[in-house]
Amino acid sequence: MVKEITMPSMGADMTEGTIVKWLKNEGDKISKGDKLAEIETDKTVVEMEAYNEGFLRKISASEGSSVKVGKVIGYIGNMDDDIPEISIDDQSNEKIIEESPKETTTVSNEKENSKKSSQVDISVNSESIRIKASPMAKRLAKEKNIKLSSVIGTGPEGRISKDDVNNYIPGPTLVSSSDIVTGKNVYLDDSDIPLNSMRQAIARVTLRSKTDIPHFQVTVEVDMTESMKMREDINEDLEKKGLKVSVNDLILKSTVNSLIKYPKWNSCFDGDKLIAHSGVNLGIAIALEQGLIVPAVLDAQNLDLISLAVKSKDLGNRAKGNGDPLSNEELTSGTFSTSNLGMFGTHSFTAIIVPPQSGIIALGVVKKEPKIINNEIQIRQIMYATMSADHRVGDGAEAAIFMNEFKQLLEKPSRLLL
Amino acid sequence: MPEIVMREAIKMGLNEALENDPNVLILGEDIGAYGGAYAVTDGFLEKFGAERIKDTPISEATFIGTGIGAASAGLRPIIELMSISFSLVGFDQIVNMAANLRYMSGGQIDVPMVIRAPTGAGVQLAATHSQSFETWLAEVPGLYCVCPSNPKDALGLLRTSIKTNNPVIFAEPALLYGIKGEVPEEYYEIPLGSASVSKEGEDITLLSYGAGMGVINEASKILSERNISAELIDLRSLNPIDYKTIGKSIKKTNHLLALDTSRKNGGIMGEVVSNIQEDFNDWLDGPIIRVGAKDVPWPYNKNLERAVYPSAENIVTTILKKLIKV
Amino acid sequence: MATLKQEKNNKNIKLSKVDDEKKEMLELYKQMFLIRQFELACGENYSKGNIRGFLHLYIGQEATGVGSISCLNDEDYIVTHYRDHGHALARGLDVNRSMAELFGKSSGLSKGKGGSMHLFDSGKKFMGGHAIVGGQFPLATGLALACQYKKTGGLVVCFFGDGSTNQGTYHEALNLASVWKLPILFILENNKYGMGSSIDRVRAGGEDFYTGANTYDIPAAQVDGMDVLAVKEATKIAVDKVRQNGEPFYLECKTFRFVGHSLADGQKYRNTDEIKEWEKKDPLIKFPEWILSAGIANKIDLEKIQEEVNHKVEEAVNFAETSLEPKISELYDDIYKLD
Repeated sequence: MVKEITMPSMGADMTEGTIVKWLKNEGDKISKGDKLAEIETDKTVVEMEAYNEGFLRKISASEGSSVKVGKVIGYIGNMDDDIPEISIDDQSNEKIIEESPKETTTVSNEKENSKKSSQVDISVNSESIRIKASPMAKRLAKEKNIKLSSVIGTGPEGRISKDDVNNYIPGPTLVSSSDIVTGKNVYLDDSDIPLNSMRQAIARVTLRSKTDIPHFQVTVEVDMTESMKMREDINEDLEKKGLKVSVNDLILKSTVNSLIKYPKWNSCFDGDKLIAHSGVNLGIAIALEQGLIVPAVLDAQNLDLISLAVKSKDLGNRAKGNGDPLSNEELTSGTFSTSNLGMFGTHSFTAIIVPPQSGIIALGVVKKEPKIINNEIQIRQIMYATMSADHRVGDGAEAAIFMNEFKQLLEKPSRLLL
Repeated sequence: MPEIVMREAIKMGLNEALENDPNVLILGEDIGAYGGAYAVTDGFLEKFGAERIKDTPISEATFIGTGIGAASAGLRPIIELMSISFSLVGFDQIVNMAANLRYMSGGQIDVPMVIRAPTGAGVQLAATHSQSFETWLAEVPGLYCVCPSNPKDALGLLRTSIKTNNPVIFAEPALLYGIKGEVPEEYYEIPLGSASVSKEGEDITLLSYGAGMGVINEASKILSERNISAELIDLRSLNPIDYKTIGKSIKKTNHLLALDTSRKNGGIMGEVVSNIQEDFNDWLDGPIIRVGAKDVPWPYNKNLERAVYPSAENIVTTILKKLIKV
Repeated sequence: MATLKQEKNNKNIKLSKVDDEKKEMLELYKQMFLIRQFELACGENYSKGNIRGFLHLYIGQEATGVGSISCLNDEDYIVTHYRDHGHALARGLDVNRSMAELFGKSSGLSKGKGGSMHLFDSGKKFMGGHAIVGGQFPLATGLALACQYKKTGGLVVCFFGDGSTNQGTYHEALNLASVWKLPILFILENNKYGMGSSIDRVRAGGEDFYTGANTYDIPAAQVDGMDVLAVKEATKIAVDKVRQNGEPFYLECKTFRFVGHSLADGQKYRNTDEIKEWEKKDPLIKFPEWILSAGIANKIDLEKIQEEVNHKVEEAVNFAETSLEPKISELYDDIYKLD
């Protein structure tokens, strides 16, 4: 059972205090007597101590907020304890963090020496709209050719500071095996690898996803032979127009159509109900230098195969920085996602659901395999698709039915053109 | 180096001027027989005589104007106001006559005059005796305006104020008359229009003048406990303003907090900060913060009076909240 | 307090130094006529738009300015109010440069930066021309302090109007001048109206001001301000007293302006009968009349002066018209003295 951390009274006439600084982060192990936060009263600034042991599970009052004495500012307990919903009559008057899937603005604070990463996750629904950056940061970003949208701000109010720009490191690049030099005595660099803000954000989100969402997987074997043929045919004609449909585009179309038929998987779990969406915003996992993002093609239900192909290509380009930056909506309002590692020869894998979505399909390589068709051995193009599904939203059977639809559409692809 | 109080430093400067130039006179209420309300001119009447140390009737407009008239005829009068609050009574003479005579006459007339006045609040003198009008007077073209925060600056600035052939408002923070400081024995001057970096730092620039220097000094100590190193700038001159020194500091620290000693609303720091953000925008890593006395008439009660003015702790809290995350 | 009167037909005055007297009288006439013509030209140029802002004409009051200033020497300072053209010309300020200043040209006395209310000539110790009513009093006491301190023997003449006597600085200055024994001659040009306010509406103490100097222990006199010789004689007595005793003196001159307060004045506050009454005392009519009747000079002498003056005024207007405007780059000049 979590225990509440409340605003302490530090003087007979103290009625409320302002949280100047949290000295511990969510997830930190707390011992009795540890200094948790700096509280400002109208007389002075005082450090408050922890009275309980455990993990700091939740910070519910952010830095800078004023809270009345006795009201909750956080929770301490075991890692698997449930955190109660914050009630509306909580007296915090700034940035209340509600434990609902729709709005999760996480504010976490780290130790004094390390880099701060208090910015909102870009792969989660959030309320951030504008990139806040100091004038100096803007100038430095321009000089260094860094896209401000890639930099996570750690200054007050989420402002991107000059340090954020100066410390911006693109994440480790995907290195192909031919680049690795073999030699006699290979020494690996044993110094720490700093994680940029995006990596840290991914770490938080994936952990939360795995912690909060009961994942189960359903794998289907998809015979892509017909789809590949159809694709070839279409592309012959489309080439003249400079267009092209990729294998992934077929997969995307199949996903969209399946969701239209089984809209349950296009919804979000919300306690006692599923929040349905009026459109399919199909997330596509895209690997970037600095990390992974899953932007969505919006309202994919209204797109035919070719439009979907165009849009997904555009999305990919823009994600890599060519053209207009991805909009906030594209970054945060996906309803279902796909992730494709086929280009690396992956046979199959399981993906982690992007909260607050209910499922994600992980796709492997399309490869020739011998299959028995009509009692004959034929060489067919085979792909394995694995759906990770939120068990709170649907059961195994429902997921299986959904994936079967997905499979059928790809195996008889003419229906994708409808 | 000898250490003297600021009152003493100012007295030294006046004495020196009276000794060296027979055209220097001092006019003011009770500066002669009484020895001066803040004892700055104590002993001068006996030493220099009634012709040069002139006790005036309580007629600020007229004795300020008399100083102007005398200056325009070749004397170098120093006017002492008993409080800068009383400048209001003679504001017309200061602003319309002293500041404008040269311009209106097309450069024919000079007004080599200094108006000295104690300024600021802090000793429960209530609303009419606690003001800081150097900030209003600093706006007027034709006047110069300075305000020292320590004995060394007081003497150095007084020398140049008396020397210049233009009218100067020399505001003396009343709370600091007793502040001690080292003053070089050899002759030195401080040019008008020069700010000074009283402490170097890396992370944030704190700018103030006069009595505000004590507050930002304290704030800087609190900040250093949190490993934030503050650079302190003493504006010293409200007209002209030394933007060069301030700008140089901004390029180093990228953060600025400016403290008015007057009310924040209408304070001279509004001008300073506006020009800094325009000219040094690319060097700012966060918004410029202004702090000053609250927009209230100065109350008599001790705690109320104290509450009007920002404390070092207030300043630190604001910095941590809005500017620098540790 | 003695009230001085002029005796027109006293032959005793005229018998000695006839030529000097003729010269002197004609000079007085010339100065008054110059002022009159100059002011008329100003009025005309104001309606043409060459002169702008405020314009306060001295028409009718010439005898006071000319009579009094003729008693001063080069060590003496003059400060006055905004109706300052008359005093400036009586003091001998350059007519061309005065008109140019009114036209706002850079050849003007103040390089076009002062205008009508701010005529200055520091070389002639003419320290303005001031627009703030009563603002000139402390300037006068300051100049007088300097004269006293430097022992130059000079004195300060401070001209002011009846309206300004209600300003605080008036009382403060009289007090200070008396306490510090400053060599200052206060000359009140009482023309009965402070802009649109007649004395009786704004002043407690009646129509005569000179008696009020009593309060400040300052000797005072009153004189007919429309009679240039009376003013001159009264001023001479006053100036001698100030120089001898090193103490202030107060001289009230009763005079009248025939025109409105400024060019914008519709004069609703006084009636035409009053104006007509005073116009009968016009020094530019009475004084030449007396010169002729007393045989001091003849008509030709007067006409010669008139022609000379008209020419001079015409020249001044031409000079002003053809002079250059100040450059915009001059905006920042002369705010501070470069050390």
